[in-house]
Amino acid sequence: MALDVSTPSPEAAPAPVSAGVARHRDMFRWIDAYRIGRVAAAILGLVVLLASAGFTATARAQGGDPDLSAITARFAADSYNDTADALNALSATGSPRAAAIVAAHAEGRLAVAPAPRPALVPTAGSTVGSAATGAAASPTPPGLPAVRANNRVRRAIEAAAGALSLLDPDPAKRREAALAVFRARDAAVLPTLDTAIARESVPGVKAALEQARAAILIGKADAPEATRLAAVELITARGDQDAIGLLRSVPADAPAAVKAAAAEGVTRVERNLQMWGVAQNVWYGLSLGSVLLLAAIGLAITFGVMGVINMAHGEMVMLGAYTTFVVQDIIRTHAPHLFDWSLAFALPAAFVFTGLVGILIERTVIRWLYGRALETLLATWGVSLILQQAVRSIFGPTNQEVGAPSWMSGAFQLGHLSITYNRMWIIVFSLLVFVALLLLLRRTSLGLYVRAVTQNRRMAAAMGIRTGRIDALTFGLGSAIAGIAGVALSQIDNVSPNLGQGYIIDSFLVVVFGGVGNLWGTLVAAFTLGIANKLLEPFAGAVLGKILLLVFIILFIQKRPRGLFALKGRAVES
Amino acid sequence: MSGRIIDRTGGIFIAIVLLAAVLIPAANLLLPPGHPLHVPDYMIPLLGKYLCYALLAVAIDLVWGYCGVLSLGHGAFFALGGYAMGMYLMRQIGPRGVYGNPVLPDFMVFLNYKELPWFWQGFDIFPYAMLMVVLVPGALAFVFGWFAFRSRVTGVYLSIITQAMTFALMLAFFRNDMGFGGNNGLTDFKDILGFPVQAHGTRIVLFMLSALALLAGYLVCRALVTSKYGKVLVAVRDTESRTRFLGYRVENYKLLAWTLSAMIAGVAGALYVPQVGIINPSEFAPSQSIEMVIWVAVGGRGTLVGAALGAVLVNAGKTWFTGLMPEAWLFALGALFVVVTLFMPKGVLGLWAQLTRRLKRAPSAVPTPTPAE
Repeated sequence: MALDVSTPSPEAAPAPVSAGVARHRDMFRWIDAYRIGRVAAAILGLVVLLASAGFTATARAQGGDPDLSAITARFAADSYNDTADALNALSATGSPRAAAIVAAHAEGRLAVAPAPRPALVPTAGSTVGSAATGAAASPTPPGLPAVRANNRVRRAIEAAAGALSLLDPDPAKRREAALAVFRARDAAVLPTLDTAIARESVPGVKAALEQARAAILIGKADAPEATRLAAVELITARGDQDAIGLLRSVPADAPAAVKAAAAEGVTRVERNLQMWGVAQNVWYGLSLGSVLLLAAIGLAITFGVMGVINMAHGEMVMLGAYTTFVVQDIIRTHAPHLFDWSLAFALPAAFVFTGLVGILIERTVIRWLYGRALETLLATWGVSLILQQAVRSIFGPTNQEVGAPSWMSGAFQLGHLSITYNRMWIIVFSLLVFVALLLLLRRTSLGLYVRAVTQNRRMAAAMGIRTGRIDALTFGLGSAIAGIAGVALSQIDNVSPNLGQGYIIDSFLVVVFGGVGNLWGTLVAAFTLGIANKLLEPFAGAVLGKILLLVFIILFIQKRPRGLFALKGRAVES
Repeated sequence: MSGRIIDRTGGIFIAIVLLAAVLIPAANLLLPPGHPLHVPDYMIPLLGKYLCYALLAVAIDLVWGYCGVLSLGHGAFFALGGYAMGMYLMRQIGPRGVYGNPVLPDFMVFLNYKELPWFWQGFDIFPYAMLMVVLVPGALAFVFGWFAFRSRVTGVYLSIITQAMTFALMLAFFRNDMGFGGNNGLTDFKDILGFPVQAHGTRIVLFMLSALALLAGYLVCRALVTSKYGKVLVAVRDTESRTRFLGYRVENYKLLAWTLSAMIAGVAGALYVPQVGIINPSEFAPSQSIEMVIWVAVGGRGTLVGAALGAVLVNAGKTWFTGLMPEAWLFALGALFVVVTLFMPKGVLGLWAQLTRRLKRAPSAVPTPTPAE
């Protein structure tokens, strides 16, 4: 008696059934496939088969496959117990052909041909082969009965398919199977798992397989204590939420040493995870800090250095974001292949555009108001209203779609941290802008003039500095930096006319907290407030955390009325 | 700014407010709807609202115009007074709410409150609620000012932390857990002291009360700034450190004006709420407070009368403009800010004084002191 497996056609060749991630969902599909298969078998009278062309090739490539006939013979017994045992035995062999047999059985294409004929019937458009040997087949009369299955057999099929995919030639499939085993923890897979570990050569997959093995061993009552302890150790080293769940699931009847080790493992993993959680929050804090820094750094020039309470600062950020939108729009219509470079075009565009707007504002409004700080507040607030309404009239009040270039989307894992690329690049960008600005103020002649004019305007004028021009340039510089901040913020925030409003209060708080007129203070303040905010959030919630921070700043200003890094000297008093 | 409590401008102001308090209700009630001088019904609460804003502007002018403290957080005091009044009005709804709970306001029933929070106790009693209208903003201002003035936080820094204060309060009141109705605030009021809030008669009385409150607030502030105390206050405004070196306790002078100003703002808020029928956290928004400062700047800083005038002018303009062409209102408001700060540093009142002086061709004998920062 031979066992034959058939495929309807080579194109519809059965892929080795993987235990996959969602085996429960897949089970229903299998049952369906099984029924359909049965009907198909009855109608077409196909003998059962092993192999698609692709499969046969694989089987031959692996040459030294064991002869499965002893096992496959048990299918013929037409007993559920024997069938299930045969499936388990197949899974232990780890042979790719075994995988095909299991897959065929799952789809109801496994049938028993009368002995002693070896099996291949080339019926219309189908290939038929012997399950046991994979040998070429000769015609078989139709009407062969399919191997039957009940729930127990179906479970066995599922387990065998899962176990066999541990030996799949594709490492990604093997890893996936290892994860599935890790979750299912079926002790029956253990022998296959051992085979797989012995064979495995890819380190990552090997680790996954070993963790799966440990996951099974932890709960296995008849495993030696030392093995179970080693398994606990391995799972503890894994150190994630799954590991905690696994360690908690150690059965009550386990030896005391194992239970103690598991309990200790849970504490260790939890402590570890807590630290990662803090680290993640610090990362979020850095990210928020970089946003604050970007938003505030332009203000550190216009407000901090020049003393203009620039309420239109947020609108400069908004204009920068809209510049990005316009640049991207142009690129989309005229040169879509350059889209990944859109931000590189948007940065200089925003710098120049907002810089010019800033110079315009300075020349028309602010130049008349030097020395009257509080009145600059009112005038620039007016300017901000005009800019907002202008943008609203041109682009409409709704959010504009700003796309992310491919290198800014996505995320990667660092340990247990998940890091998104856009946030990471924004942190880098904010620091670059900071350094550039610092160098500009400290190392260039423009920076020297700016500092001279802000420290003592009349003396600077007496030294031949054209103070009016320097004022305009400084304000333009502050606005331009707000503009390029807008380019970056357009990647993480809604680009709407109200964009700037959301940043203006935070920006002022950062500059004041850091100390007016001190760039380093702005840097420290931005990151301090960002990190403090994110560390407070888990305990207090987002809104209350923010409120606490505001109260803290109010109290801090009482203690140090001029911020973290206060300027000293006579100029401050006036 | 001599010692006379009621100078010529003040006299005209008082006369106008008194006349308005009498003539506008009269024009509404006695003249038939077709008459050209008839004041339509909807105008009464609208004008009442302007009067509340005027009172608030007077309060801001007291600290900004005479004490040099630019508060970007006066909206907080205004809203706190409004919330105190709103809480009284909520308690007056009683079992007439949607859920029919005799004690708990609707939003509390909705949010599964089992009993009234402690800070809502007593607000069903009108005198207590009115006390809270002045005490809550007053206490907040006192504590805030106590710390800020003692630490000599001045100028821009003070402005920024007042802004932070109102911003923090806004965030807090937006939270449902605070027990003030969260996002929606307090609304759906039924009656005040037994009179229905929506009734025309009540609204006329509220309008007249607002006018009287504006007069009272003006007179109190005016009395304060014309007294010896007021002279020191102006000295503090102009050169704080010199005044301190002369031996005055600068922080105490500032603290009194600051706290009083907050209380007046609270009263303005309390009168505002029954006339507009709602109070919600957006009143705490920093932009609101900045706009309030603009009213004072438009009218004329350091004049009290000008502040009231500016509040009415700007808000009337807002109503008119937003009705006419809503798109243009922000342009107009923005341009107003710029033009006023650039060309009218003393506001409308200053412009008027300049014009009359030019007409008379008589140079003023006493130059008005320029307000410093």
